[in-house]
Amino acid sequence: MSKIMPLISANCGKISPASVEDYVRAGGFSGLQKALKMPPTQIINEVKKAKLRGRGGAGYPAGSKWQQLYEIKHFPKYIVCNADEGEPGTFKDKLLLEKDPLRVIEGMTIAGYVFNAHDGYIYIRGEYAALQDDFQAAIDSAVRAGYLGDKILGTDYSYHLHIMTGAGAYVCGENSAMLNSIEGKVGRPRVKPPHLAEVGLFQQPTLVNNVESFANIPTIMQIGGEKYLSYGTVDSGGTKLICLSGNVANPGVYEVPFGLTLRDLIYDEELGGGPSGQKKIKFFHLGGQSGPCGFLSQLDTPYCYQALRDKGLSVGSGAIVVMDESVCVIDYLKAVTEFFIHESCGKCTPCREGNKQIYALLDKFAQGTASKEDYALLQRLSTLLAKASFCGLGQAAATALSTCLKNLQAEFDAHIEGRCPAGVCFTKQESGEQ
Amino acid sequence: MSGELKKEQVLAIIKNKGNAKEKLLSILLAIQEASGWNYVDKEWAKLVATELEIPLTKVYDVLTFYAMFSTEPRGKYVIEICKSAPCHVAKADSAVQMFTEELGIKMGETTANNLFTLQYTSCFGACDLAPVVKIGEKVYGHLTREKVAEIIKTYREGSRCLK
Ligand SMILES: Cc1cc2nc3c(=O)[nH]c(=O)nc-3n(C[C@H](O)[C@H](O)[C@H](O)COP(=O)(O)O)c2cc1C
Ligand code: SF4
Repeated sequence: MSKIMPLISANCGKISPASVEDYVRAGGFSGLQKALKMPPTQIINEVKKAKLRGRGGAGYPAGSKWQQLYEIKHFPKYIVCNADEGEPGTFKDKLLLEKDPLRVIEGMTIAGYVFNAHDGYIYIRGEYAALQDDFQAAIDSAVRAGYLGDKILGTDYSYHLHIMTGAGAYVCGENSAMLNSIEGKVGRPRVKPPHLAEVGLFQQPTLVNNVESFANIPTIMQIGGEKYLSYGTVDSGGTKLICLSGNVANPGVYEVPFGLTLRDLIYDEELGGGPSGQKKIKFFHLGGQSGPCGFLSQLDTPYCYQALRDKGLSVGSGAIVVMDESVCVIDYLKAVTEFFIHESCGKCTPCREGNKQIYALLDKFAQGTASKEDYALLQRLSTLLAKASFCGLGQAAATALSTCLKNLQAEFDAHIEGRCPAGVCFTKQESGEQ
Repeated sequence: MSGELKKEQVLAIIKNKGNAKEKLLSILLAIQEASGWNYVDKEWAKLVATELEIPLTKVYDVLTFYAMFSTEPRGKYVIEICKSAPCHVAKADSAVQMFTEELGIKMGETTANNLFTLQYTSCFGACDLAPVVKIGEKVYGHLTREKVAEIIKTYREGSRCLK
């Protein structure tokens, strides 16, 4: 049996993206048709039964989030779709936006109907500028066909979608920073509470979900929450789009049911296909730069929220970056830390300064001047960032570091002794000439 | 240097996007694109501030916060090389070397004829094609020396045709 399960990516590459006709022929908008005849609480119940977890990274149960917003009796409410997709190694929202935009639109419209919202915003990162025009074309054709806009499908319900653009800032993927950015401001995170369900976009109650989360809603409406859940595991309903990259034979986006093992994802011929070169795989990085690294001893862990969590791993955005033995863990972590130095918004000290200190320490390892104390200092700094940073960026910036400190200690020790097992550090010149 | 975009052109961009405060990012991006030199001049920023009725400092706050903006003129084509971890393990270093050698400039510099600027960028979601670069909205992956030479040649010739 195939390990790939195209539930929400079934249309990708098969239909003309902005064509309502194509989309409807493939079963599109039947979720919306059904939803418009249901009371909102029943829709929320289906999402709860589906055990849909947020696909943006944090994995918060969508049903609970929807319930909380539903109970707030303050209007207008806004729907916001997070299409910032800034987590390095993640390119699955792009697939949906590019190949099946009407599915995202349908999901956002169902959410709009549940909360009686009349405006929805999709925040698409500036780097995806090429995609923004095509998405607008999809919105326009949905409006023309009566699935969006005034008096949707002859009902009294009206809902309009607006595209907002980012301009290159990873922190704007954090939901409150994103709302600031949509308002035309600098995208620094807000103090929470108040939660966005109470005080969100333009100070109004707001729902923020990821592109892939919204893309699942039409399917849940079509097949029902219970059926959707059954595709995954008891705690993780449905499927996940995973993004394989790095030293893996078949990089790309794949839709898989929850519950396959990490080994399946990385080594199966249909999926990752194992290492891309002659070298063996050394470790992998889950869920983007802010996620934990995983190691060979963890390969038999099922890919789902709870099982990964039990092992200190996580699904995150769905990114899986694979590293073979040619990669030096110090060198890799330096690249990760450089990213966070660049993307830190500078609002709080632990993140702004801590990342720079981590980089300086890692560099000592790379230069062969590090000591045992530096290893301990890295451990302390990684805890400090996790505990004292203001937002998720700083809190997660040292996640990869702390998992590598623990699991690849021998490689840190080797550097203290002046050896780089991967042959990357100390020997830059020779390796450059190979 | 504010000669390339006339006041009327900037006002037309603002009018086209709408002068609401939440349009600030998209207005500035459109100005930058129209500038021809991938930047937002102080004079244009002032105009935007006046039209949107916000302080100039707010406009600069945004211009300096988001990585896609530049307040200094750049090359006609900005070549952005991804240096995030997935590209890093796919040997982004060698991509950097290929471009710097081909163009004879260092990262962060602009060629003498103002045609190309080389800079780093964070991941833009093309990791399956690593190592990758982005020029404007176009993405080029699986870079080899031949490919890099070909890309540069295309842009050089393209710009000649425009003249
Ligand atoms: C630094 C940072 C960056 C984030 N980037 C993204 C992103 O690019 N896309 C996204 O959907 N969520 C991102 N998130 C998570 C969002 O804050 C939020 O949890 C998510 O959009 C909620 O949607 P979901 O529940 O459907 O996942 C980020 C969080 C942090 C702390
Ligand atoms: S942790 Fe602090 S400095 Fe880092 S991005 Fe968040 S608010 Fe900004």
